[in-house]
Amino acid sequence: MKTDIKSTLENYIFVLPAVVIFSVFYIIPFIAVFMLGFYEWDGILALKDAMFIGLANFKEIFFQDPSWWQAMWNATYITLIALTLQNIVAFLLAWACDREIRCKNFYRVVFFIPPVLSEMVVGMAWRFIINDVDGANLVNRMLISIGLPQLVHSWLSDPKTALTTVAVVHCWKGFGWGFLIFLAGLQTIPRELYEAARVDGANAWHSFKNITIPMMLPVIVLVAILTVLGTMQAFVLIIGLVGGELAGHTSVPVLRILASMRGSSRFGYACAQGISFGMVLVIISFIQYRFSKHTRQA
Amino acid sequence: MFVNRILCILLLIFNMFGCAPREETGKVTLTLWHWMTDREQAFSELAKRYEEKTGVKVNFELFAPSDAYTQKVRAAAQGTNLPDIFGILGEKRDFGSFIKAGHILDLTPYMEEGEGTWKNKFFAKALAVNEFSPENSYGVKPGIYGAPIDIMTIQMLYNKNLLKQLGLDPRKPPLTFQELLDIGKKVKEAKIQGLVSGWGELWMIDCLANNYAFNIMGKDKVLATIRGEVAYTDPDWIKVLTLFKQMQDSGILATGVVTMVNKTAEQLFANDKAVFAFNGSWCVNVYRGMNPNLDYAVMLPPQASDEHLMSIWGGAGSSFMVNARSKNKEEAVKFLEWLTDRDQQAYLAEATQNLPANKDCLGKISEVLAHFASGMDIATHPSVWGVSEFPVVIETWNKGIQAIIIKDKSPEQVAAETQKVKERELAKRKK
Amino acid sequence: MKTGAYYKIKKIAINTLIHLFLISVAITCLYPLLWMISSSLKTQETIFRDISLFPHQFHFENYVLAWQEGGFGRNFLNSIIYTTSVVVGIVIVSSLAAYAFSRLTFPGRNVLFIMFMAAMMIPIPGSFVALYLLLNKLHLRNTPVGYILCMINVGLSTSIFLLKTFFDKMPKELEDAARIDGCSKLGIWRHVALPLAKPVLAVVVVFNALNVWNEYVLALIIFDSRNFMPLQVALQTFQGEFITRYPLLMAGLTITALPIIIVYLLMQKYIVKGVTQGAVVG
Repeated sequence: MKTDIKSTLENYIFVLPAVVIFSVFYIIPFIAVFMLGFYEWDGILALKDAMFIGLANFKEIFFQDPSWWQAMWNATYITLIALTLQNIVAFLLAWACDREIRCKNFYRVVFFIPPVLSEMVVGMAWRFIINDVDGANLVNRMLISIGLPQLVHSWLSDPKTALTTVAVVHCWKGFGWGFLIFLAGLQTIPRELYEAARVDGANAWHSFKNITIPMMLPVIVLVAILTVLGTMQAFVLIIGLVGGELAGHTSVPVLRILASMRGSSRFGYACAQGISFGMVLVIISFIQYRFSKHTRQA
Repeated sequence: MFVNRILCILLLIFNMFGCAPREETGKVTLTLWHWMTDREQAFSELAKRYEEKTGVKVNFELFAPSDAYTQKVRAAAQGTNLPDIFGILGEKRDFGSFIKAGHILDLTPYMEEGEGTWKNKFFAKALAVNEFSPENSYGVKPGIYGAPIDIMTIQMLYNKNLLKQLGLDPRKPPLTFQELLDIGKKVKEAKIQGLVSGWGELWMIDCLANNYAFNIMGKDKVLATIRGEVAYTDPDWIKVLTLFKQMQDSGILATGVVTMVNKTAEQLFANDKAVFAFNGSWCVNVYRGMNPNLDYAVMLPPQASDEHLMSIWGGAGSSFMVNARSKNKEEAVKFLEWLTDRDQQAYLAEATQNLPANKDCLGKISEVLAHFASGMDIATHPSVWGVSEFPVVIETWNKGIQAIIIKDKSPEQVAAETQKVKERELAKRKK
Repeated sequence: MKTGAYYKIKKIAINTLIHLFLISVAITCLYPLLWMISSSLKTQETIFRDISLFPHQFHFENYVLAWQEGGFGRNFLNSIIYTTSVVVGIVIVSSLAAYAFSRLTFPGRNVLFIMFMAAMMIPIPGSFVALYLLLNKLHLRNTPVGYILCMINVGLSTSIFLLKTFFDKMPKELEDAARIDGCSKLGIWRHVALPLAKPVLAVVVVFNALNVWNEYVLALIIFDSRNFMPLQVALQTFQGEFITRYPLLMAGLTITALPIIIVYLLMQKYIVKGVTQGAVVG
C-alpha cells in the first residue's frame, strides 16, 4: 500500500512542472478572458467599470454577425485545402526523402525554408511573384509561356480567386512542418518490416499500403490535428498578400477578433469571439480524434 | 552535462535580472513612449538639447509598429504603469475612455495660463483634435487633454510626368469629378494605373467617402445621420456610394486598389506607376526616400457637387498626453511646452518633412508641403465633430464600398445594409 | 517475361519523376528566399523598380547598417538567451509530462491530458493584457524570467501532444528490460525514452525555437526597457510608421533567419534512419 501511494506521488512529480506553469499562465488568463466574454468592456476603462451583459455578446456572434460566419467559412476553406494539398505534398516529399536518393540532405534543408521565413516576408515575396501592378507578375507570365494565356488572372485582386490564392500560399508556407513530422515518423518504422515484406514477394505499392500507412496513422492524425489548429488561426499572411479582408472575402476569425479589439474597442465581444472560436476548434479536433480511433480499431 | 548547461543558463538569466536600469537620485528623468520610428533620431537630438538646457533627462522609448504600441499602452493603463508622457492612437471615444479612467492630465489650466500663451501657439484645428467641447457626447469633462506636435492633411496628388504622357496639361489637374472620370478612359488606353490609395486599410476609404459626403450634402446632414436623424438609405448617401461605382467603371481606379495597404500605394506612386494618389502629408517624406526626382503636386479631390464646399481631413498628426498619475507632472508639462515651441517645431519639420503644429514656423518648408498646409483652412476631422458613428456601422460602410469596387454589391445594397446595422446599434443603446 | 532492362528503365523513370517533383517544389521554396536576399542588396530607390533577382549593384553595407541600427548586438543576444532557455525548459517539462501521460498511471491522468489538449485548441487572442496583469502581480513583468515562463507555456501543449504520440508508439520491451535491471522511473525516462525519441525531440526543439525566435508582440508588451527586448522587436524599427526601409528590413530579416536555419541543420541530423534499428528485441 505504502509503495502504491509513493509510486503515485512519484508519477505526479513528472507532470508537476507542466501543470504548475500551465495553471498559472494559461488557466488564469483563460478564466479572465472567459469571464470577459460576458461583459461589455472597451479595454481602456478600469475593469470595475465593465458592464455585465450576460449572453448578449454570444447571441450577437451567433445570430447577428454574418461577417463572423463568413470568416469561419473562409478559414474552413483554407483549412480543407491545407489538409489535402499541403499534407499530401508533405507526405509525398517525406516519403521521397526517406528513400535512398541523391541530394537528400539538400532537399531536407530547402523544404524547411518556407516555415523559417517570417510571414511578413512570405506575404511580400509572394505578392511580388503574383501581382501584376506592384509585382513581377511571374505567375501570369509563366502561364502565357506554357501556352495557357486564357488562365491569366488578377489572382489576388479578384474576389473569386483571392481566397484560394491565399490558401495555396499558406500551404506553401506550412508543408515544411508536415514534411518534418512525417519524415520523423517514417524514420521510426523498422526497416526489418520492409525487408520481410519484400522477401514475401510484396511490391512497392503493397508494402506502402500495408506497412507504411498503418504505422504512420497516429502521425497522420497528429499532423491533421495540428494542421487544422494552425491553419484556422492564420492571419498575418492575409494582410501581407491582400492588405486586409477584401470586403470579407479573405476574412478570417483572428482578423475579426483583432478588429473587435482594436477597431471597435469591444474587448468583451472579442473575448466572446475567441471563446466561440475555441469551442469550434475543440469540437473539430475531437471529431478528428474520435474518427482516427475508429479507423484504428477497424 | 545536461544539468550544467541548465545551470549556466539560469546564471545568465539571473544576471540579466539584476541588470534593470537604475535611476539616478536627485535628477528628474522623464519617460516618453511613442511609436514614431521615423522620428527616433530627431527625438534623440531634441532630448539631448533639452537635457543640456534644463538638466532634465528625457527617455524617448520607441515601440513599433503602431498596433503593438496601442496594445502596450492599453495593457500598461490597466496595470497603471503608464510613463510620464505618451501618445494615444485610436478614436476620440478611446481617448475619452482614457480620460474617464483617470489616466490623462487635464492640460487646460496650463494652456489657458497667461491668457492662453501656450494655447495660441497652435493651429486651432490641431488643438481641436485634443479638445473635448462642452456638451460633448463622450461624457468627458470639457478641456484640452493633449498637445499636438505636428499637423497633417489628406488630399490627392498627381504625377506631372504621367499627366503629360496622357496628353494633359500638368498645370491643370482635374477640378471636377467628371474630369477625373474622363481621365479614366485615357488611363485604360495608355495601360497605366490611375488612382492608388491604401484602400485595403478601411479608414482611407472612409476618409474619401466622407470628403465627398460633405461635398454632396454638407456637414450638418452628415452629422445628423451620425446622430441617427437621417438614414443611410437617403438618396444623398447613395450618391456618395455611386461615386465609387463610377470611379471603378471609368477605369480611373488602379487594379487591386482594395488589396493595397497604404505603403504599397505609396511605393507605386513614388515609382511613377500611377497618375493619382490619395494620401496624407506624411507621404512627402516617403516619396523623397524612394524617388527624390518624383515630379508631383497636390490637389483637392475633384468636386462632385457645387452645393457645398469640398472638404478634406486634417488636423493634428500626432499628439502627446501627460499621465495624470505621473510623479513628474509639472516637469512633463514643461517639456511638452518646450517641444511644441517654435524652434523645436521648426527642427522637427525640417528633419522629418512634417508639418509643424506651431503656427509661427511655416517658414522653410517645400512647395509640396506648403500646399498640403494650405488645405488646413477647409480641413475637418471626425475627432472634432463632437459625435462618433458606431464602429460596426463604419466597418459595414467601408467594407460595403470595397464590395462596390470589386463589383460584389450595388450602392443601394450597401446603403441598406449600413442602415440596418445602424438601426440595430441604436436599438441596443436604447435598452 | 519482364526483362531486367525493363526494371532498370522503370527504376530510372520513377527516380526521374521523383526528382522532377522534388526540384520543382524546391525551386518554389528557394525563390522567396532569393528575393529576400536580393532585395537586401538593393537600395530604397531601386528595390521596387528593379525587379530582377540580381541587383545591379551589390550593397553589402546594408547588412552592416542593419546590424548597427537594428541593435543586433544586445537584442540578438537576448533572443538567443530566451530561445535557448525556453527550448531547454520545454524539452524537460514536456518530455516528463508526456512520458507520464503515456506510460504512468495516476488518478486524473486523462483529465489533465484533455486539459492540455484543449489548451492547444482554444487559443486566447487578447490574452496579452491578462498575462501582463498577471505578471505584474507576480512582480515578474519587465523581467526575462517572466517572459521565459510565458513562452514555455505557449509551446507546452503542442510539445506534449507531439511527444506523447511518439512515446505511445515506443516498444515496451526496452522499458521492461530496464526496469528489471533496477532502473528508476526517472532513469527509464532519461536513459530509454529520451534517446529513442530523438527525432521527435528534434522536431520539438525546432518548433519551439522558431516560435520564440519570431515572437515579438508579447515581448513588446511585457518589457519596458530596451535592454531586454528580443531581436524581432528591434527589427520593427525598420518598419516605420510611414517609411519602411525595405533594404535594411530585408537585410535584418535575412540575418534573423540564419540562426534558425542553423538550429534546424543541427537538429535534422537526429531525424535519421535507423534510430530504432536493432532496438526491437527479437
